Amino acid sequence: MILSTLQAGAATGLLYGLLDLWYWVMTQAWKVTGLEMISPEYTFMHRAVLVGLCIGVMAPVIGTFLVHRQLALIGDALAHTAFAGVAVGLFLNSVLMIGVSPYLTAVVVAVIAALCIELISETTDAYNDVSMAIVLSTGFALGSTLISLNAGGLAVGINQYLFGNLSTVSADNAVILLVLFAIIVVTVAITRNQLLYVTFDETAAAVAGFSVTWYNRIMVMLTALVVVGAMQIMGVILVAAMLVVPVAGATQLSRSFRESIFVSIALAELAVLLGIGVAYYAEATAGGVIVLVAVALYGCSVAVGKLLDRLGPESSPTVAPIQADDDTTGD
Amino acid sequence: MTETPVVDLDGVTFGYTQTPVIEDISITVDAGEYAAVVGPNGSGKSTLMKLALGLLSPDDGSARLFGDPAASFDDGQRLGYVAQHASATKAMPITVREVVKMGRFPHVGFSGLSTTDWEIVDRALERVGMSAFADRRITQLSGGQRQRAFIARALAGEAELLVLDEPTVGVDAESVASFYDLLDLLSAEGITILLIEHDLSAVTDHVDRVICLNRTVYFDGPAETFVQSDALDRAFGAVSVK
Repeated sequence: MILSTLQAGAATGLLYGLLDLWYWVMTQAWKVTGLEMISPEYTFMHRAVLVGLCIGVMAPVIGTFLVHRQLALIGDALAHTAFAGVAVGLFLNSVLMIGVSPYLTAVVVAVIAALCIELISETTDAYNDVSMAIVLSTGFALGSTLISLNAGGLAVGINQYLFGNLSTVSADNAVILLVLFAIIVVTVAITRNQLLYVTFDETAAAVAGFSVTWYNRIMVMLTALVVVGAMQIMGVILVAAMLVVPVAGATQLSRSFRESIFVSIALAELAVLLGIGVAYYAEATAGGVIVLVAVALYGCSVAVGKLLDRLGPESSPTVAPIQADDDTTGD
Repeated sequence: MTETPVVDLDGVTFGYTQTPVIEDISITVDAGEYAAVVGPNGSGKSTLMKLALGLLSPDDGSARLFGDPAASFDDGQRLGYVAQHASATKAMPITVREVVKMGRFPHVGFSGLSTTDWEIVDRALERVGMSAFADRRITQLSGGQRQRAFIARALAGEAELLVLDEPTVGVDAESVASFYDLLDLLSAEGITILLIEHDLSAVTDHVDRVICLNRTVYFDGPAETFVQSDALDRAFGAVSVK
């Protein structure tokens, strides 16, 4: 018990240490570039950039699997339930006077909702989008009901969650995001083979001995974590765009799956950094600007993709003759 | 002592609703056999395949794979599966080599592929004559080329049993012929092949054993005998009566 408390303390210390290291990196970058938005006085911007960079990796990585499973809208459904989770957190804080972070309640509610989407699909004959629509509506209904029960303070506080806000990324929230980021990246790195197989050919993956049900559940739970993590900057309404738009762009430009993941990350990072920059100087909402930049990049990707197709090799290789297995004949 | 059959269905009955799609079917497929399941649309061919592979559990009777209950069979290394259209209608950016690589996933689990695994992948591509297409997007291939890529995936997995669910649907006649040449070669090398097929002429020209199905088995025997029998009329006639 004491040991685990110490370990938890050490892990938390490490995460805040990482955050301090990031402040230092940003300060050095400010010294080189002289950019006002990352000056040492604005540590909230340092945190916003860190959160943005993490979103730029985890959203397209998970989004790549979702888009190619034709689950592009699941992010929207989970974002609305994450909104319910935020409302639950604010409600508990207000009624029970406890200091739980609304992001943590959002994680819990979104993960439960993610599993509900899968369970509805597994236990009924409904299409996936039907279960998503049910969970989306329930989430938003729960959120709006809780807020209306405790009007005034809650309704004002909810705005930052709906639209996202660069300046409200606290150190605690940045640390929560780092934890979510680590969970997502490590899980995908470990299960990448299985997730790819299930995404590409569910039946063949089942024949190969992989539990399609469990990998689907893992995928939706990871999506819930991405949504909550990205919600801080993007806001509930636009968070799903980061799961879909960079991936759609990368699909136009890439030949292989591996390439598509890296290209989607590059597009997402570009959108996040440009978006945060423009939002800061134009005093606009970051989430909206990031999505507009991402959509512009998608438009460019479509144009470049078409051009590459035209310039591509016209001649097609021919199929070579079938070969007998030398190894078996040699045995 | 007799060898354990690769596929062993014993008195299998299955229905998605109260009405059975498959009724009291007993079939065994032994190692090295080259067998085809034929029958009209809705005759339960694909359901039979799913039962044999353990993707569905029988309502009655037992389904075994390599001697173990099919539903709990987890040695994916021994199985290769090629679907109709093979899901590649998706606009997913994935190369032929990446698809064939998946054949190694049951072997490597959570790890990356070793040099030996990559050599096996490249050899599988070579065997089906698709090396020149390795870095092409799978969506850019013709139906016949795509199905070769999926055979290569099964070869890369070193599968002992290859199950194909109407693999030549939408594939041009010339490609169908060379696709069957490939299956003939694999059969000659000892791989057990269970084929679900609607193209009767292709089946009777190539496979050794035909199982004609329409809810129950109408014929089970050598391909030559099947052509001369009236099983086809009876099986297809059963549809029009229903």
